[in-house]
Amino acid sequence: MVKTEIKLKGLTLKNPVMTASGTFGYGEEYADFVDLSELGGIIVKGTTLHHREGNPYPRMAETPMGMLNCVGLQNKGVDYFINTIYPRIRHFETNVIVNVSGSNIDDYVTAAARMDALDDIPAIELNVSCPNVKQGGMAFGVTCSGIEQVVKAVRDVYHKHMIVKLSPNVTNIAEIALAAEAAGADSVSLINTLLGMAIDAETRKPVLSMVTGGLSGACVKPVALRMVWQVAKAVKIPVIGLGGISSATDAVEFLLAGASAIQIGTANFIDPSISGKVAKGIVDYCERQGVKDVNELVGGMIL
Amino acid sequence: MKQIIDFVIVEKQSFSRAALLKLKSSTPLPDIWGGQFVNVRVDGCDKAYLRRPISVHDVDYPNNTIDLLIQEKHEGTKTLCALSVGARVNIVLPLGNGFTMPEENDNVLLVGGGIGIAPLLYFAKTFRKDARPCVSTGVHFLLGGRTRDDLMLLDRFRAVGDVFVTTNDGSMGEKGFVTDHSLWNTMEINKIYACGPMPMMKAVAKKARERGIWCEVSLENQMACGIGACLCCVENTKEGNLCVCKEGPVFNIERLLW
Repeated sequence: MVKTEIKLKGLTLKNPVMTASGTFGYGEEYADFVDLSELGGIIVKGTTLHHREGNPYPRMAETPMGMLNCVGLQNKGVDYFINTIYPRIRHFETNVIVNVSGSNIDDYVTAAARMDALDDIPAIELNVSCPNVKQGGMAFGVTCSGIEQVVKAVRDVYHKHMIVKLSPNVTNIAEIALAAEAAGADSVSLINTLLGMAIDAETRKPVLSMVTGGLSGACVKPVALRMVWQVAKAVKIPVIGLGGISSATDAVEFLLAGASAIQIGTANFIDPSISGKVAKGIVDYCERQGVKDVNELVGGMIL
Repeated sequence: MKQIIDFVIVEKQSFSRAALLKLKSSTPLPDIWGGQFVNVRVDGCDKAYLRRPISVHDVDYPNNTIDLLIQEKHEGTKTLCALSVGARVNIVLPLGNGFTMPEENDNVLLVGGGIGIAPLLYFAKTFRKDARPCVSTGVHFLLGGRTRDDLMLLDRFRAVGDVFVTTNDGSMGEKGFVTDHSLWNTMEINKIYACGPMPMMKAVAKKARERGIWCEVSLENQMACGIGACLCCVENTKEGNLCVCKEGPVFNIERLLW
């Protein structure tokens, strides 16, 4: 029997596999394809204090081995989440974690405080890295002072496990991670999407309504893996790795680079059952390699 | 319940810019409603990372097969159209809401443009549970294409209802767009179902509104997940941005802003 349990500060995952915010709905959308109880956690849609309509269509462009999106945090707000969604998903047999976003510090703080009161939400993922909203989002996540400000403010009102999701659109992601750690983050997750764009040569117009969007999918994996490695070397708190993970082998690579857990994002679109397969595949890898505890893999890259 | 099933192509018919694939399921088919779609994985194409949403053209439960009529549009659909009999195809289904079933005495007009004709056949075949042709209850197809080459498989439609045709170049049926056809002046219709290019559906919706006829349209906004998770394929409606893949693809025109 391979031991798969991962302990992050105040948050226990039955295995290192989670699903990334914005790619897994509220979990319900995937219940036909995956036994949610076989996952370490699900991170539900980005939630803001107030309702957001998101950006206009078109919001998506397919790219080689990936896609760009500029959805722009469409969601119905914290009240709707608490009153309508939470009662439906609170008893899933996995960690239900809410990704929280805002356009100013007060909104982050108010939304996080509301989540703190929900018994069956053991953690939040603070999104300071959305590239698709004009105010807030990535604006906080690209400078050390910005991230310190928002993380500190939320830390004062949020008492459970706080993951801070980092943007890759920075010069030195390790410095940003250290700032998040110093401000009170319990863990960091990375990477959010890479800022990119697409143009239709025939019409000479941008493909996306917002011109730019976030790149995700298999194509970003080498960049994500490198950043996870750099951050894991720099910080003492656990690192959650994501970016292009599409198989158990990909997931193991992130663990070896220093991630304590991983998230599956865009790959859910291509194979809606992939998250469960990755969880099983990590165990298969461990059995094949004679690894008794998944934790042994964390940071286990042989240099 | 939605499923991921490996199908095998058991029959194939090629057209100038499209292909009809008959796909046999390895497990019993789930119930599929007319107007629903499937999401097809494209293997072996560098330029198709995401699945391709394709409407269901026909279903044969006893033989466990579905028919997909696929237009070659870009690299992904070209790859699918180039597949041979015996090829394995991984499909997520059934997806979306589907059309609303007509009432007993409705006089129904199903308007299809280009590849948009595809879902209308299966939907019309489900009007009667025994899937018998039901011309007597008033099923009329109005199918439009740029040229006669766009109008495929008309015999299949004729077996289910009356077929009227328009082509832009006049190579088949009446010349012009579907909304130019003479039947609009002669026929009493009380339900319209439309699928096709956006300008065609908007023109049909306008006609329906002018005459106060109930009308549903099937949209095909670009999708990533196909199951309501990514929020990429939204249509801005009177109720805000709705996912075409989950809340649609079929919308009553009264819910739309156009």
